[in-house]
Amino acid sequence: MAEVPIEHGLLLAAVLFLLGLIGVMVRRNIIFILLCLEIMLNAAGLAFIVAGSRWGQPDGQVMFLFILTVTAAEVSVGLALVLHLHHRFKTLDADAMSGMKG
Amino acid sequence: MYSLIWLVPIVPFAGFLLLAFAGRYLPRRAVAIIGPGAVGLSAAVMLLISGQFLAAPPAGYAYEQTLWSWIATGGLEVGFTLYLDPLSVVMGCVITVVGFLIHVYATAYMAEDEGYSKFFAYMNLFVGAMLLLVLGQNLLVLYLGWEGVGLCSYLLIGFWYKKPENGAAAMKAFIVTRIGDVALLIGLFLLVVQFGTLDIPAILAAAPGAWAVGAPAAVAAALLLLGGAVGKSAQLPLQTWLPDAMAGPTPVSALIHAATMVTAGVYLIARLHALFALAPGALLLVGIIGAATLLLAAFSALAQHDLKRILAYSTISQLGYMFLALGVGAWTAALFHFMTHAFFKALLFLGAGAIIHSLRDEQNIFRMGGLRRRLPAVYWTFLAGALALAAAPLITAGFYSKDLILFAAWVSPVGNRWLWGAGLLGAFLTALYTFRMVFLVFHGPERTAPHGRPGPAMTVPLMILALLSLLGGFVETPADLGGVHLFSSFLGHALPGLAAHGSPALEAALQLLSTVAVLGGIALAYQLYLRRREATARWLARPAPDAARRLLLAGWGFDWLYDRLFVRPFVWLATVNKDDSVDAFFRGLARASLLLHGALSRAQTGNLRWYAVGFALGVMALLAIVVFR
Repeated sequence: MAEVPIEHGLLLAAVLFLLGLIGVMVRRNIIFILLCLEIMLNAAGLAFIVAGSRWGQPDGQVMFLFILTVTAAEVSVGLALVLHLHHRFKTLDADAMSGMKG
Repeated sequence: MYSLIWLVPIVPFAGFLLLAFAGRYLPRRAVAIIGPGAVGLSAAVMLLISGQFLAAPPAGYAYEQTLWSWIATGGLEVGFTLYLDPLSVVMGCVITVVGFLIHVYATAYMAEDEGYSKFFAYMNLFVGAMLLLVLGQNLLVLYLGWEGVGLCSYLLIGFWYKKPENGAAAMKAFIVTRIGDVALLIGLFLLVVQFGTLDIPAILAAAPGAWAVGAPAAVAAALLLLGGAVGKSAQLPLQTWLPDAMAGPTPVSALIHAATMVTAGVYLIARLHALFALAPGALLLVGIIGAATLLLAAFSALAQHDLKRILAYSTISQLGYMFLALGVGAWTAALFHFMTHAFFKALLFLGAGAIIHSLRDEQNIFRMGGLRRRLPAVYWTFLAGALALAAAPLITAGFYSKDLILFAAWVSPVGNRWLWGAGLLGAFLTALYTFRMVFLVFHGPERTAPHGRPGPAMTVPLMILALLSLLGGFVETPADLGGVHLFSSFLGHALPGLAAHGSPALEAALQLLSTVAVLGGIALAYQLYLRRREATARWLARPAPDAARRLLLAGWGFDWLYDRLFVRPFVWLATVNKDDSVDAFFRGLARASLLLHGALSRAQTGNLRWYAVGFALGVMALLAIVVFR
């Protein structure tokens, strides 16, 4: 199997990260913001994997496992918050929740 | 016996504490016993000690008692020390005895006042502070008493505090005397720096060795002390507070503003006579201030229509006589006049109080008249006081003391004819304004009917003071009239005598002149205010005399002048600087931080997605810094 060049992997990771970031900044629905956050985290994980395979080290995969765990925890807390917010504001529009305006 | 001297100031202080803290719960009778009782006890101890002082004087005619060490630092040791010498014996006896009589009088005068116990608390505090002033062995104890009497003066002038003008008079008295007090304090600092001690005997002993006659430091010290004395004794140019101080109850005017506190300046100069002897210029200034004050105040007294204000100007004038005596180096004459003045001026004030009391607070002498028959006890005692004030020859104490001053002004090597002439003119004016008051108040037709007669608590002190005013002068008579020198030989142990002596013939000639002046004044008053009253009133209604009268009524316009010169500029400055200019800087700081806060708080939109953008931009900026640096 031909080796994928590291540049391609990292470029894919960067594109994914950017897509996620843009999604966080543009989407108004909290569920979609959470999804975009997942994409950003996975982009970071992909970068670790690519780097691990480039130098033949297991650390990249270990790191990805950690990220997976953190993501799982984050999603559970995030979804619980989303439920709570929906219960409270009857909407999932992030812009409607600006009560902390200074 | 001498060791009991600490009781003299302590007993009035104890009376003050008792009345101040428990006075509200005590019945009026108890207050009327404690207040005068404390001063009476103090007077008894003082008289006993004075008796022993006369019979068996201590070594060197001075006794010291150190109660405790007050301040002990590197170079300066100040003990809380009392000092007894002929000067403090005379002052202490007059203060306690006259103070006691006035306290007894006040029990009746203030009987219906709601602040009965408060009044006696302040009065006791005053007597205690005044005794501390005259018994202090060092200048710090003296200064403590000096400020204490100033405080009591303030409290008692403003005693009827519900009228705003009384409060204003109290503040005026306090602030004007404060000008002098600051000068005195600076003088004390100068003495500490020069001599390293505040003990009066030590300073008096060291001064002639340390300073030559006319040395700048000696003149500066004497002038600063004179500043303090001028403020306290209401001499030019700080005399304006005393007439307004009459807002206080009449016993206060008698005790504080006639008999005792206002003579503190005379005491200070007499006590530190050695310093003034080293500064002939300052001493001459003392005499000139005295002569000018006695004339200006006597003229002002001529135009007043308020009974108490006449007496106030008269007090300023008589204090001018004492300063005149000090200025020509006649220390004992000044003290002699202080003593007789304390008797007859306290008597006149108390008599005036009895009149005002029975006329239901009427103070205008033009609405009085014919009180001779209605208030005989007050009339005869008041007449005795008036004769003493006018220095009626031979029979009154005032004659002997004033005559001694005039004689000293003539013969003293530092005296001169001008000072003597001013004193003689002053004697004429004194007789004129005194008997103007007597004739208008007691003679002529009745204008306001008195309510009741004063009781024994008021008349007995009047009679005792009248006796003292008539007989108190016989302790010191001139050479051609018996030549008794009990007073001056007693005080001679503390104060140097007058160097010069004139012949008895000269003395008799001067007495004759002053007698003519006094009798002329009385006769003129009789003509102007009793026989030809209508003609006088008509003449006074013409424009020129009326303008003069109004100028004199306002005390030569000093209040007007000081108002324009000091009060208004100060008030103007205060108004301009109402928003303190220093504060502007700090207010600016506050405003700038508020502005920044407002700008920053705009970034706090509460919008989640903006925060995300913020994060992204921040991370990009940080990366850019790391990569492109």
